This record gives sequence, C-alpha cells and structure tokens, in this order.
Amino acid sequence: MSGVRVLVGTRKGAFVLTADGQRRDWTITGPHFGGWEIFHMKGSPADPNRIYASQSSGWFGQVLQRSDDGGATWNPVGNQFTYAGTPGTHQWYDGTPHPWEFKRVWHLEPSRTDADTVYAGVEDAALFRSTDGGATWQELAGLREHSTGARWQPGAGGMCLHTILLDPVHPQRLFVAISAAGAFRSEDGGVSWTPINRGLRSQYIPDPDAEVGHCVHRLAQHAARPDVLFMQKHWDVMRSDDGGNQWREISGNLPSDFGFVIDVHAHQPDTVYVIPIKSDSEHYPPDGQLRVYRSRSGGDDWEPLTRGLPQKDCYVNVLRDAMAVDALEDCGIYFGTTGGQVYVSPDGGDSWRAIAQTLPPVVSVEVQTLP
Amino acid sequence: MIRVVLPAHLRALARVEDDVELEVTGPITTGAVLDALEVRLPVLRGTIRDHVTHRRRAFIRFFACEQDFSLAGPDARLPDAVAAGREPLLVVGAIAGG
Repeated sequence: MSGVRVLVGTRKGAFVLTADGQRRDWTITGPHFGGWEIFHMKGSPADPNRIYASQSSGWFGQVLQRSDDGGATWNPVGNQFTYAGTPGTHQWYDGTPHPWEFKRVWHLEPSRTDADTVYAGVEDAALFRSTDGGATWQELAGLREHSTGARWQPGAGGMCLHTILLDPVHPQRLFVAISAAGAFRSEDGGVSWTPINRGLRSQYIPDPDAEVGHCVHRLAQHAARPDVLFMQKHWDVMRSDDGGNQWREISGNLPSDFGFVIDVHAHQPDTVYVIPIKSDSEHYPPDGQLRVYRSRSGGDDWEPLTRGLPQKDCYVNVLRDAMAVDALEDCGIYFGTTGGQVYVSPDGGDSWRAIAQTLPPVVSVEVQTLP
Repeated sequence: MIRVVLPAHLRALARVEDDVELEVTGPITTGAVLDALEVRLPVLRGTIRDHVTHRRRAFIRFFACEQDFSLAGPDARLPDAVAAGREPLLVVGAIAGG
C-alpha cells in the first residue's frame, strides 16, 4: 500500500511523520538536529529517499543536511553560499543602501528529474543551485543582479527568497518570490529574470503599482496547468492565468485576505486552499477560529473548513512554507502551526485531525507520496 | 597538543563527544587553532567564522585561561598554558535571549 512521509521543520529541530495511505496511524521520529531551526526540508521527486534540510542557528549559521535513506540518517553537505562577484547593496528598512549579506536558506527545491540538483532560496534574497547533491553551491546571479535589485527591501521577517517553483512543463522556466520584492520569472533556467508583479496593489509602498516592492508571501501552481499561478500576498489572494504577466484579486468572501500559505489540490487545478490570518499586526486567525478556506472555482468563492480544527481560543499562525498536499487519490492536505500542531485532512479538506500536538513552533511542512 | 572545547551543538554536528585535540605548528594563535580545527573537522567551516573572510560569527566567543580573545584578532597569541595543552581554548556560544 502506498503511504506518505511528512517532513516538518520546526524552531527546535526536524520531525518525520509517516503513515500508510489511510493516513490514520502516524509514527513520529525526531527531533533530528535538536535545538536548531529547521527552515525547510524537501524530498527529491526523482529519488524519494533523497531529502534535503536547511538547518540554521543564530549562533552557528547555516548547515545543509542530506538524507539518502528517507530521513533515517543524515549527513551535512556544503554550507558555503557566496554571492557571485561583488554583491553591492539593496535597500535597508530605512531606505539606505545595505550590503547583501547571506543569512540563511529559507527554501530548498529539488529538481524534478535529478536527485543531485537542488535549488536554494536564501536571505538576503538570492537563488543558488547545487548539481552535486548539495556539496557545492553556485549563485544564479542574474536574479540578484536584476536592474531592480538595488531597490529591494526586506519584509519584517528579512529579505528572503522563500518560494521556488520549477515549471513542470517548461524545463527552463522557474518562478521565485521574495519578501518584499515580489515575484519573478525566468525562461532560461535562471540566467535572466523578469519581475511579474503587474496587477498587484500594495498600499504600504509609495507607488502601490510598483514593478517591485510587493510583499509576496507564497506562490502555488498545479502541474496540469502551469500557466495558472496562485499567490498569497501580504494582503490579497491573487491569481494569474498567463504565467504571472497579469494578476487579479480572488480574495472574494474570505474573512481576511492576509495570510501566508496557499496551495492547490493535487488533482483539481481549480481547488485552492488558504488559511486567513486576521492581520499583519496580529498574526492569528480571525475570531480565534482556525479555519482553512477552500475555493473549488479557482478563487473568489471560498468555503470555511472547520471540522476537526479548533474553533475557539486558537491564536496560532501558519507560516508560509507550512502547507502541503499529497498526491494520493483522496488528496491529503497538511499544515503546521506556530503552536506546534500538524493537521492533516485525508479527504481534501472536509475533515481534519492533529497528527502532532506539541511540537516546537512549525516553520515548514512538506509531504512525500510514497509508492 | 592543543585542546579545543566546543559548544554542545557543534560537538553534535561534528560528532565528537569530548575536547578536540589538535596538532598546531607555528605560533599558537586563535587563527592557527581554528585553521587546524577546520582541517580536522571540515563540517565546522562556516559555523564559527565566515568561510571566506574568517570573521568570527557575532555570537561566538573565544576564551582561554580566564581571558577573552574574541576581539583580539586571529593573530593574537594564546597563553603558554594553551600552547602546552594544560588549558583548552573554549569556543563559546554567547548567552543571548531570555
């Protein structure tokens, strides 16, 4: 029987949760790398036993870990992320120039076809790639060196490149998103980049229609329809039908259009999930009710999903990399909270249960569908 | 033989359970000891000081013989007791937070 492996990164270590295809009985292993912040873990689509993990510490910096046996054992790989050339400056919070400084890896995106190739989105915002299983890393400098780069500014969480989408149809096409610069697309494997922020409106920057400066929190894409992109922006849930050339708002009847996560059902390209958060100054769900919202129409019309989720006194947050979907026939939806819970819905969102209750604050959730 | 005491997280990362003992040739400075440490345990590269500039990470301190060598620079000579192996060089994660 097929099964799932859920990779949970937390403020104090990594956890691996496994279950068979029923997703009823779960085994939790960890913490791996106890005491370290695990920003993200992700398995290789080309070899599910290959998993990469970003391990970080304010004291000891960045470590990259790799497992070749499905998360049972791990070995450190290369942790040298050196910007190409002379990095120059971006804008600091107060608008003054600030040197580009590597801080940590926020997101790892393994290649769809080669287990040794993996992309890393880092803070200060840049994209790196390894083609030797993480031993060495080279910057795809065309992104950071884009003519707008000197105008990029950090969001409250730092100037992080947090989303990497590898287009399933066009092998040379990549999308990335940066807080708070916006979304970018490459058509040549990451050599050159185009800002794709037309249609975004952000009241917190002087020119709300600016080419860059938008605080994009997350992008999502369905493999069967890669020109359609969904975005959770700082405020506003957005959709593009042309690979990001133009965006339109699809927040519709959401109780709040602030949030971090967004994802798409594995088999239904128009079924989208978000978790509204009350506001950027409160960072918890509206009314103390943890509700996932699902649209079956690609946006605008949203329904709350509450069965099995706490509906009172719940004041957790769900961070941008903390939602994932599996590829089983009954698509499973997963998310983790800053309160240390990991929830699963084995029925596309109709019902939920906590598969972990008391982990450290959850930073990221990924899921592997195993044969 | 120079002895280096690592903080717990770096011992776990490097998979060492006790002090690290190193042969260091030439003047016994913090820079020379860290060079030897990173040759012996390459996984520590980047965790104590920058890969390229060798600048000490902000929350790392170097103590020896009840003296703080954190700000003394990589060429600062360590005490004779460290050079002789009677006292260790302590790599310390600064106390920060609540």
